[in-house]
Amino acid sequence: MQKILKQRKLMKEHLVLVGNGMAGVRTLEELLKLAPEQYDITVFGAEPYPNYNRIMLSPVLAGEKTIDDIILNDRAWYEENGVILHTGDPVVEIDRVKRKVVAESGLEISYDRLLLATGSDPFIIPVPGSGLPGVIGFRDIADVDAMLEAARTGRKAVVIGGGLLGLEAANGLQRNGMDVTVVHLMDILMERQLDKLAAEMLKTSLEEKGLKFLMGTQTAEVLGEDHVTGLRFVNGEEIEADLVVMAVGIRPSIGLAQKAGLHCDRGVVVDDTMQTYDPRIYAVGECVQHRDQCYGLVAPLFEQARVAANHLAKMGIARYEGSVTSTKLKVTGIDLFSAGEFNEEEGDETLILQDPAQNVYKKLVVKDSRIKGAVMFGDTMDGTWYFQLLREGTDISGFRSTILFGQHDLGDAGHGDEIRVAALSDDAEICGCNGVTKGDIVNAIQTKGLFTLDDVRAHTKASASCGSCTGLVEAILSSTVGEGYDAKPSKKPVCGCSGHSHDDVIAAIAEHELKDMPAVFERLEWKTPDGCATCRPALNYYLLARWPEEYQDDAQSRFINERAHGNIQKDGTYSVVPRMFGGLCTPSDLRAIADVCDKYDVPEMKVTGGQRIDLFGVKKEDLPPMWKDLTDAGFVSGHAYGKAMRTVKTCAGKTWCRFGTQNSTGLGVKLEELTWGSWMPHKFKLAVSGCPRNCAEATIKDFGVVCVESGYELHIGGNGGIKVRVTDLLCKVDTEAEVLEYCGAFTQMYREEAHYLERTAPWVERVGLSYIKQRILEDEVGRKALSERFRVGQEVAQVDPWKARAEGEAAHEFTPLKITA
Amino acid sequence: MSDWKKIAPLGDIPRQGSRVVEVEDGSIAVFRTSDDQVFAVRDACPHQQGPLSQGIVAGHTVTCPLHNWKINLESGEALAPDDGCTNTYAAKVEDGMVYIQL
Ligand SMILES: Cc1cc2nc3c(=O)[nH]c(=O)nc-3n(C[C@H](O)[C@H](O)[C@H](O)COP(=O)(O)OP(=O)(O)OC[C@H]3O[C@@H](n4cnc5c(N)ncnc54)[C@H](O)[C@@H]3O)c2cc1C
Ligand code: HEM
Ligand code: SF4
Ligand code: SF4
Ligand code: FES
Repeated sequence: MQKILKQRKLMKEHLVLVGNGMAGVRTLEELLKLAPEQYDITVFGAEPYPNYNRIMLSPVLAGEKTIDDIILNDRAWYEENGVILHTGDPVVEIDRVKRKVVAESGLEISYDRLLLATGSDPFIIPVPGSGLPGVIGFRDIADVDAMLEAARTGRKAVVIGGGLLGLEAANGLQRNGMDVTVVHLMDILMERQLDKLAAEMLKTSLEEKGLKFLMGTQTAEVLGEDHVTGLRFVNGEEIEADLVVMAVGIRPSIGLAQKAGLHCDRGVVVDDTMQTYDPRIYAVGECVQHRDQCYGLVAPLFEQARVAANHLAKMGIARYEGSVTSTKLKVTGIDLFSAGEFNEEEGDETLILQDPAQNVYKKLVVKDSRIKGAVMFGDTMDGTWYFQLLREGTDISGFRSTILFGQHDLGDAGHGDEIRVAALSDDAEICGCNGVTKGDIVNAIQTKGLFTLDDVRAHTKASASCGSCTGLVEAILSSTVGEGYDAKPSKKPVCGCSGHSHDDVIAAIAEHELKDMPAVFERLEWKTPDGCATCRPALNYYLLARWPEEYQDDAQSRFINERAHGNIQKDGTYSVVPRMFGGLCTPSDLRAIADVCDKYDVPEMKVTGGQRIDLFGVKKEDLPPMWKDLTDAGFVSGHAYGKAMRTVKTCAGKTWCRFGTQNSTGLGVKLEELTWGSWMPHKFKLAVSGCPRNCAEATIKDFGVVCVESGYELHIGGNGGIKVRVTDLLCKVDTEAEVLEYCGAFTQMYREEAHYLERTAPWVERVGLSYIKQRILEDEVGRKALSERFRVGQEVAQVDPWKARAEGEAAHEFTPLKITA
Repeated sequence: MSDWKKIAPLGDIPRQGSRVVEVEDGSIAVFRTSDDQVFAVRDACPHQQGPLSQGIVAGHTVTCPLHNWKINLESGEALAPDDGCTNTYAAKVEDGMVYIQL
């Protein structure tokens, strides 16, 4: 006894998983990534197989895949990870007092933490005869085996239930040569996923494939003596059957939990951390009821798995907040997709595209310019796109008139990142930064078994640099890996150093008053001691934006351009761009620049698109003295190198131009004086045009002003660059003072709420124009407060970095060391 | 043949930063990590000769500023999935002075 106790102390904590299925094993995978050494793990599975991909049972039944194809974790995986696996041995009892589980074989194992993932059971309608041999559900490999066996000997099959599962079963049995009739209680097939019209189209297509349907029909009795021979319905009619598949729904498998006295309703009740009412017991998957919802699709279960793993690893921060799900029917040759709330209610608008000739139907249910639900039949290419718009709550007003034609119709102007990747050829370049083609990515995904964006980044470098192709890479990932794995969490972590999203980090910095990087690392339990080149610049920015007066900027967490206050060029030299407010300059300004260029042998000068002059090819050591000369002549840094306010472009304006309505150059100078020196999530450009002819191209800027006779139009969220996006009109104001106030407020809102490295264009699309309008237009107090916060931050920020460095700050950046002895 | 050269006081290199030492056949980047250890590697990334001295230092790795390869400062090797290696030189701190072995 003594000895056992002692031994136990030395041992790691013990985690027992009951239910060797998709959600449970996924949780283990996530846990092993986070804390490989934390637990000794034992798994009990009722089925005699290692974890397999249940959703692929339909293709197995249809003869399109084999059992081997769908094994997700073979036995070697369990061994390699030190996981003890007991298959074919269900757990029959949980003793919560003694903290042990008892299996059917009599095996008893004690636990420190228990994870329940028992999935669900097919619901068998309680009619006379439902226990006869030949009546089965459609849930596991044993059911598929039984169906295949029946197909060899019998001829007639009846599937009860016209939902997703029933139709996939019916299709599979028919492909195996059986004569199949689907019996459905309702008048509409898949009524939980389809509206009437799409359901009709589906039924017609399946009838063409040879399936028969009995709609609005209720089963009264299963006929037969020692094996099923047929069914009798409530209306008195009968039908012959050698096999009956019940696919009328699933019930969370909660018997074991109930017996152990855990609080259950329809499922095992869990909180947002996936914990049951017993703090030592967690539960994930279909057996779970979370915020009154039970889920029956893998994507939400994988999100649950991630959260449960996080808590089992004692990181204690992730939350599961429920999921919206989408459905795709896996019947070859039939394209069907649905998501969200697709039956319109009072006050919703419906967009419909119907083409009976091509058998295409698309319906979007829209409320307040956001997609609530989607049903598609025939052409489902854009399903993932609509689903993404739905989940992210994207404002679609900008491309509403063409949305039903799909995203390829949008060009790049609409939802920044997407094109139909499936239509791209293999040599199409996806990542312009690193020269990675679609073929490279597909190849890496297939040969290296990649599942996540991070994997693809690591192996191909695609989307590892500027990130503008992230959406494309994700689209390729989901089209290559397949629908079942399109389980990307709705929140993307900042980087591999933590599971936290940008929003989590921003909120935590404010809420817990975290004022330096070590505080963030500690509070949010960073896994690396000092972060990485992805999260450190982001954290440095967030801290600076939130605590402008207190936070000490960390130069070592900035990219070299920002540290050296110049753009590093291909050959390791730097460029220097002095600021010219509003693009205006004087003869003496130009003379000073010319003198500096002579003195330091600047090899090339160029007038930039931002209306100032770029001096190329400067050696790093020459930077401080050159800055000194420029500073002495009255220039400040143009921040052409930073995630910062760049320039204000102006046109000739009222002073000179015959079309001018207002003093666009003067206003440009004022805007630049207001905003210069401000650090931003990404670069930020402004422009002012003196009339709607818009010579300063204000409608592709982050903040653009177009002057009109009666005042000033304010435009936001524009973008030149790889993907041009035209601005959205925010509002019209009457005075220059208002322009400055609105500009400060909008800029500050972007600074406080956008993710690091997210430009205004994708940010505006993500949060929606109406949200920005609400904050800036409708909430006057809020707008003034934002604008005031911007002003306060600017007092600290408007210190010219060049001047400081010319006076000796950070000298180590610019001079090499000498060997002294 | 190879002897220890005195470079500078440790304090001249910022924590999580580096300084460059010019030698006959190029530049050597001398890094100081957050735990105050020093490492010396050739200031050229195995990928396309990017200046490693200008990268962001985290733990005992530096991320190249040009295309984000991560280089292990102890071995000079690129971290998987990238593949490549840059020269390393022995480096030490004694009585607050940094030395490298050439
Ligand atoms: C034919 C079919 C097609 C599907 N198609 C899709 C699809 O296209 N898309 C989609 O998202 N989802 C689909 N699903 C649903 C998806 O498979 C499930 O949502 C998912 O597998 C549930 O995971 P889970 O871990 O909760 O349960 P399961 O994967 O069922 O795992 C639970 C495991 O626990 C075992 N178990 C139960 N009780 C005990 C016990 N006491 N002791 C030990 N072991 C126990 C069970 O035998 C089972 O192996 C489909 C399901 C089926 C059956
Ligand atoms: C609608 C028709 C347009 C008219 C009638 C028009 C008219 C003018 C006029 C009269 C000027 C000269 C102002 C001056 O220096 O006296 C001018 C300047 C300019 N226009 Fe336009 N313009 C039009 C559209 C555009 C467009 C679409 C662009 C670019 C996208 C553009 C870009 C410019 C530029 C870059 C200048 C020089 C401004 C400067 O250097 O300060 N113009 N335009
Ligand atoms: S935008 Fe209008 S005011 Fe400005 S230069 Fe062009 S035409 Fe003249
Ligand atoms: S467009 Fe911009 S990124 Fe491309 S080569 Fe020109 S300056 Fe460089
Ligand atoms: S040169 Fe270093 S990553 Fe390309």
